[in-house]
Formats: sequence, C-alpha cells, structure tokens
Amino acid sequence: MFDLLLNISLLLLSLSTLAYIYRVVKGPSTPDRVIALDAIGINLIGITAIISIILRSNSFLEIILLLGILAFIGTVAFSKFLEKGVVIERERDS
Amino acid sequence: MKTNDLILQTVTKITVFIIFAYSLTLFFAGHNSPGGGFVGGLITSAGIVLLLLAFDLKTITTILPFDFKKVAALGLLFAAGTGIGSFLFGVPFLTHSFGHFDLPIFGETELATAVLFDTGVYLVVVGVTMTIIQTIGEDDD
Repeated sequence: MFDLLLNISLLLLSLSTLAYIYRVVKGPSTPDRVIALDAIGINLIGITAIISIILRSNSFLEIILLLGILAFIGTVAFSKFLEKGVVIERERDS
Repeated sequence: MKTNDLILQTVTKITVFIIFAYSLTLFFAGHNSPGGGFVGGLITSAGIVLLLLAFDLKTITTILPFDFKKVAALGLLFAAGTGIGSFLFGVPFLTHSFGHFDLPIFGETELATAVLFDTGVYLVVVGVTMTIIQTIGEDDD
C-alpha cells in the first residue's frame, strides 16, 4: 500500500517534470526556460527523496541539499547573466 | 542602468554560512557516510562562487586574500606529505594508520591520517576550481 503511494507520487513527479521539459523546449523567452530548469531541479529533489524512501536508505540525503544549493546558484547565475550581461563583475560601479 | 542587488546580497550573506557549514560536514563525514574531500571542496567553491555572483571580484579578493594557485600547491604538499610521512615509520608509501585519542571536548575519538590526505584533496579542489573561475572572470570582454 505504502509502496503503491510512493510509486504514484513518483509517477506524478515525472509527469510534472515532463511538462517542465515541454516548457524548456517550447518556452518563448529565455526567462521561461530558466524558471523551468529551476523547477526541474526542485522536482529532482523530490524524486531523490521518494527514491531514497523506496530503497530504505539514507545515503541520498546529502544529494538533496546538494541539488538545492546547485539549483539556487545556477538560477542566480543565469538571471544575473540575463540582467547584466556578465556573470561575475570585476568591480561594482558604485 | 544601475541596479540594486539588496535581496540577492542579503540572502547570500546568510546562505553562504550554511553552504560552508554543509561543506565542512561533508568533508568530515567522508569516512563513514557519503562525502569526502572532493565534494566538500566543490561545495566550498560553490559558496565562494555565490559570493562572487552577489558581489564583485574585487570585494571577494579583498575579503578572501588567498592566492588559489598556492592553495592548490599546499594541498598537493599535504597529500604527498602524508605519503612520504609513512617512510618515517618504515612502512610502504601512503600507508595510513589510525588511533584512539582522548580529546578534551569530544571524549574518545578515532583520528586517522587519511583525514590529512583528504585535506590535501579538499585544498587542491578548492584551489583549482577557484583559479579557473577567477581567471575566466578577470577576462576583459
């Protein structure tokens, strides 16, 4: 019963990831694609958590925090590139 | 156009400490659970990259005045030193050992010389990653 629920939620998460992939491919503008990639990262966190429950293992808990940090830094880098044209500035103009 | 990165900078100031603490956790947990020098060094560099994204290259080189090429060299020295240090005891190269010690706060702790080798890996990974990123960031367009 519990495993069935876990499999159903895994299926729903993969369907939602597929919808995000549709947005990445089809998205009219670049910010759409960036937001979709960020949300795919968050979905991957959920998939990792459910799979670690299914496998009855807590060796994947580090991966969850790691994916969160990497998704955040990647999205910040993308949005800074979109806003200013550079990712790392040499000197702030202030 | 002048922009104000107040939200990003405030979030970064809080998040970077969590990222550094997490990298230290991964580094010291590497013996008995997933983690180790490599991923710990990568997460430390990710924290520094987040600082570089929120601020600029000049500020970060002021608050972290390390020459990252020398950091990588120091890491190699650590890794080779633990290998050569095993010659002092008449055992083959890179032979590691461990012992139980009574530390003041932690009580009885198992200390292994593999941690010193891992420190070398950590320093090399941080040094090489930050050298690559700073060299690309310094490039004029």
